[in-house]
Amino acid sequence: MADASDRSVDKAAQEMIARAQDDDIGLAWDRYDAMQPQCGFGQLGICCRICHMGPCRIDPFGDGPQEGVCGATADVIAARNLVRMVAAGAAAHSDHGRDVTHALLQAAENPEGSYLIKDEAKLLWLAEEFDIPTDGRQTNEIAAELAHKALEEFGRQEGEVIPTHRAPQPRQELWRRHKIMPRGIDREIVQIMHQTHMGVDADYRNILMQGLRASLADGWGGSMLATDLQDVLFGSPEPIRSQTNLGVLKEDYVNIVVHGHEPALSEMLVEAARSQKMLAKAEQVDAKGINLAGMCCTGNELLMRQGIPSAGSFLMQELAVLTGAVDAMVVDVQCIMPALADLSPSFTTKLVTTSPKAKMPGVEHIEFSEDEAMVVAEQIVAAGIENFPNRRDSRVQIPDHVMDLIGGFSAEYVHTMLGGRFRPSYRPLNNAIIEGRIRGVAGVVGCENPQIPQGYGHVTMAEELIKNDVLVLVTGCSALADARAGLLQPDAALEMAGPGLREVCEAVGMPPVLHVGSCVDNSRILIACCNVLLEGGLGEDISDLPVAGAAPEWMSEKAISIGFYVVGSGIFTVFGTPHPVLGSENVTRFLCEDMEEIVGACFAFEPDPIKAAQLMIDRMNRKREALRLEPMMYAEAAST
Amino acid sequence: MSKIVATAAIRGSHDAVSRADARLKAALEEHGEDQQVAFPETAFYLPMACALLGAEVETLGELREVLEYAQGLLVDEPSEAVWLPYLSGVLDAGIATLLSQETLKALDYLDGTAPQDGWHGFISDTVLRTLGIQLVDGRMPGFAAVVGAAPDLETAEYIIRELQKRSILTFLIGNHEGQTMRDQLLEAGVLTDAIVEDPASGWDIYIVPLGPDTDSIIYALNWAIRGALTFGGVQKGDWKGCLDYTRAHIFAFGLGLGTIDDLKYASGAGAITMGFPVIADTEIPEIRPTGVCTYEELVRELDHDRIVQTCIDVRGVKVTVREVDVPVPVAAAFEGEVIRREDMQVEFGSKYSTAIEYLRMIDGDEIEDGKVEVSGPDLDTADEGGALPLGLLIEVAGRKMQKDFEPILERQTHTAINHAMGLFHMGQRDMAWLRVSKDTFKAGWRLRHFGEVVIAHLKNEFGVIVDKAQVTVTSVDEEAKQLQELARPAYLERDERIAGMTDESVDLFYSCTLCQSYAPNHVCVISPERLGLCGAYNWLDGRAAYEMNPHGPNQPVEKGRCIDPVKGEWESVNQFVYDNSHRSVERVCLYSLMDAPMTSCGCFECIMAVLPEVNGFMIVNREYTGMTPLGLAFSTLAGSVGGGHVTPGFLGVGRRYVISPKFISADGGLPRLVWMTKDLKDDLLEGLGERAEKLEMPDLPGQIATEEDATTLDELLAFLEKGGHPALSMDPLF
Repeated sequence: MADASDRSVDKAAQEMIARAQDDDIGLAWDRYDAMQPQCGFGQLGICCRICHMGPCRIDPFGDGPQEGVCGATADVIAARNLVRMVAAGAAAHSDHGRDVTHALLQAAENPEGSYLIKDEAKLLWLAEEFDIPTDGRQTNEIAAELAHKALEEFGRQEGEVIPTHRAPQPRQELWRRHKIMPRGIDREIVQIMHQTHMGVDADYRNILMQGLRASLADGWGGSMLATDLQDVLFGSPEPIRSQTNLGVLKEDYVNIVVHGHEPALSEMLVEAARSQKMLAKAEQVDAKGINLAGMCCTGNELLMRQGIPSAGSFLMQELAVLTGAVDAMVVDVQCIMPALADLSPSFTTKLVTTSPKAKMPGVEHIEFSEDEAMVVAEQIVAAGIENFPNRRDSRVQIPDHVMDLIGGFSAEYVHTMLGGRFRPSYRPLNNAIIEGRIRGVAGVVGCENPQIPQGYGHVTMAEELIKNDVLVLVTGCSALADARAGLLQPDAALEMAGPGLREVCEAVGMPPVLHVGSCVDNSRILIACCNVLLEGGLGEDISDLPVAGAAPEWMSEKAISIGFYVVGSGIFTVFGTPHPVLGSENVTRFLCEDMEEIVGACFAFEPDPIKAAQLMIDRMNRKREALRLEPMMYAEAAST
Repeated sequence: MSKIVATAAIRGSHDAVSRADARLKAALEEHGEDQQVAFPETAFYLPMACALLGAEVETLGELREVLEYAQGLLVDEPSEAVWLPYLSGVLDAGIATLLSQETLKALDYLDGTAPQDGWHGFISDTVLRTLGIQLVDGRMPGFAAVVGAAPDLETAEYIIRELQKRSILTFLIGNHEGQTMRDQLLEAGVLTDAIVEDPASGWDIYIVPLGPDTDSIIYALNWAIRGALTFGGVQKGDWKGCLDYTRAHIFAFGLGLGTIDDLKYASGAGAITMGFPVIADTEIPEIRPTGVCTYEELVRELDHDRIVQTCIDVRGVKVTVREVDVPVPVAAAFEGEVIRREDMQVEFGSKYSTAIEYLRMIDGDEIEDGKVEVSGPDLDTADEGGALPLGLLIEVAGRKMQKDFEPILERQTHTAINHAMGLFHMGQRDMAWLRVSKDTFKAGWRLRHFGEVVIAHLKNEFGVIVDKAQVTVTSVDEEAKQLQELARPAYLERDERIAGMTDESVDLFYSCTLCQSYAPNHVCVISPERLGLCGAYNWLDGRAAYEMNPHGPNQPVEKGRCIDPVKGEWESVNQFVYDNSHRSVERVCLYSLMDAPMTSCGCFECIMAVLPEVNGFMIVNREYTGMTPLGLAFSTLAGSVGGGHVTPGFLGVGRRYVISPKFISADGGLPRLVWMTKDLKDDLLEGLGERAEKLEMPDLPGQIATEEDATTLDELLAFLEKGGHPALSMDPLF
């Protein structure tokens, strides 16, 4: 059996993996091992199951069939499969955005209900963007109109998705020129499904371009609206102290883990868990209190707004259950392993599904609805409390690993962070880049994947980048992996960052790796790029900036959609393992070369996180040269 | 590291706010909410609060609101580990500190404990405006707020000389362990007791002691922030506009000498938020990444020999140090020095000897560029405190040189000589009077050096015109008198030429848009009979300036078709003004106060205003701080007249315009003048007399009231009636 350290770089995870091995419990890693060898056709993207003349598969060695029954080549098949991943990813983010919009509408129409509008300034800013009159109107009225108009963006049939207009002018013109400016969030996803239906599009380029268009509708539409409207409802994040890793679970407390992606329910759970009513109930079962902990991106959402600790990232969902200390695990949508259903009862964890879109056989389903949010939340917390006495203390094993962190950096907050109430500005960041203290900015995001030791890709890459004076922005599971490694602590700047970056971090008091949120919050990185351009001195378009993206441990379709919209926005992006397209040379070349000509950026696939970081650094260096920026201030120190 | 700074600054801000809070509570208890509170001679209330918050604080009750705002800005000190970003909190704490210090100082003024004896305290709007033009034209490249004291007298003197040499205004603030820089400079002999008796005398030498405590830094900073409101045209309450202006336009920096304690850090944070970096001579942590300030924010420089240069580099102050081969520094900062008899080594001119300066253009071949020829006994032969004759013959040549420029260039000897430390120059032509101080003499100043500074100045400032220059200096009385003979016909010719010039005798006027940087729509039109409203430019200067820089702010303005000769309105002048005022001013009448008067930038020497009750006009000069019959002081009037707006009935003018034949001739001319300040009257008395003679109203000068005769309208009317002032019987103005 594989050593636990080959499966995760994290000590707590290793401890739980070892426990599972001792108890002969299969985890994702074991299921991955059992799956070996994985299907080569699937990995290369040349298996087509789109119509029932097939399944068809192309022989990658050139001996067997080179086209499917319909005549689709490897190019067509790989391209279709890939953009269908984009469609699924964009659908997931955007459907999330739609649910948030519903919650906003709920808040607007029902002022006595569970939701409040916490960030009025942002509401007014969005109202202006959506051309909604605000003078003399009640907040609720404005919010209702905004919600309606935002919903229209999903169903929009013509014109342009409104938040795309936040992109710099040259970028918008580029999108129009190449006909990839999204017309409506849902429409572009639907078009992918049509375009890739049997016997429609047979031009891999045309298929991939539609993938770009749908992804832009995600990044600059569905995801962006999700982020913005969550900020309106639950408050825009500001730096906040919190903790992460399995050690945040508390022995004597009712531990409730919230897992998934949407904050609408979990924000209510926070309130419920803090209520006197629930605390009294917890006391009745001899618990010291109620300890809410996050998991995955629901966890990120709560962490950055409420400071709620995070128990872990994607590959730790089973490990949290293995502690035997989770009295309830509440899940909403996305990245929830079906394996939890069988695992939970053995460790007295009550698994609760809450979304009508995400159920599991044999698992209690307490359906969440925005209009009864608080009632549902209390019901769920109560279920956790009621399960507490069932906990078997002899089975409880909480790894003693906790890491402090600072989270909650939004694109808007950067203004304040760098200038306070009276000098809000991106100027210090731009200057730091221009003067060669900071080489560039990297967004390191994405999932975890048993193909890579958990956290190895994220942490190694982030460390390499900050060592080379690259400011790193992280979201999602990447953020949590870095957090566990202590990189989200400002003290880390002193130890690991290059001298220029270190100087900036010390001046500001910020960590060299900034937690900017969940995976829908990658839109925040796009806005940050826009803000840098607006501040001036670093070019006209996002593709001019010394920035790069990476998803070193990706696995989900959402990651593909994110990668597409990031590249489509002009940012060079490295994926750890390749997209499942290597069976088509043309598609691979299109992604890794040709897109450069079209959108000013492309993908690279590089599993070694240090080499991947170097690719990003090279890219930044070239952009710096093109902008004629000063050489790095402490060049000699940085090159050692 | 910066966190140490952050912690100290935030701690300091809490201390400042709580001190202000305690003082204010006590004052409220003693005086009540409605007690008036104000700084002297300002239209900007408590300027920092006015600029940043838009607050018009007049009472203690209103002051409390400002302090409550400051309290809201306070943040906790950064934690030991896992700290939250602290830069924003530090900058906010800085502003909280400044608002608290302003509160404390306003309360000091209320209690009568400010300004402290021997210290300047609050800086009035008048000073702000007077020095404003120096900031605009670069005579003053910036200011230094020196906080603390130097390690020894020698260093104190060295630093202050380095600042003076670069014409940087220096405020002396606070102390280091009880020692103040002012006292150090007194002991070192750089300052004299005059500074203690009259701290405002420091303006002349660019060294102003504001106060012996750190809180006095607010005087420098709430002076700077008014620059945004006055010269930047920023609205009060537009904190972003104000702070962007101070960072972009006011080249100030803090120089911390000695220990930087919490309060100094907190005050420094406020300065940094305004865009003013802080440089210290002790082992402090630095903040070098740029962006809050233009360059670095907090810098350490332990080497006192380099500290002033470091300050200049860090703030990006644009300084042109004139390197002249003379034994003392040369800079505008030394222009206002007065050399008293007891400090004087030798003098020239006045009633003590012959002293003449004469500049002429000759053929370039006859000039050995840069040559200074000396004849006669040098300074070391004269008795201490004695006098010598002096003749300065300055000869210049240049392809663009014209005979007309001779007087303008000749007058530059005044500036050139005065800019040398320890030299004093007054008068002109054969009525010059010069003094050399003992220190400057000891430093090695000799006759030759007069020539050196004059040549250097001409070549630096007028290099476009003056290609070559040489000077002959003589201390032989006979030679000086010969020079006088040579010069007199030239003087006469010039007088005739200038005096003979009328607006009708020329086809071109000259514009001046030098001040558009802060009054964007202002266009000055300078004619032979109407000099610029700042008093610094006449028509010939305008022409010379245009010759020197054809793309500069002084452009020829075609008169074009005359629309109204009485009002002084010309078609092409109107067009020029329209085009150059960003299409906001359509017409201008040069000789009228009532119909389409010229715009005013803010640098005017005097303000004229209509007094309908007495059918006349009054004129008040900048230096006058008292009340006028209009019921408004100069500073208040200036606020509404400046900024490049057309305000019929109000006009900014240069002093000497009063004695021009074209003086508001459209509205009745000099006989309309019913009130002027005593100072102005005395200054212009001779010219007034001549004008009165020409008008056949010899009694007019006596009929014009001054503040000694009237400061209210009632008093004025009585005075005018008693004296039979002609304005009373002129056509009604309205």
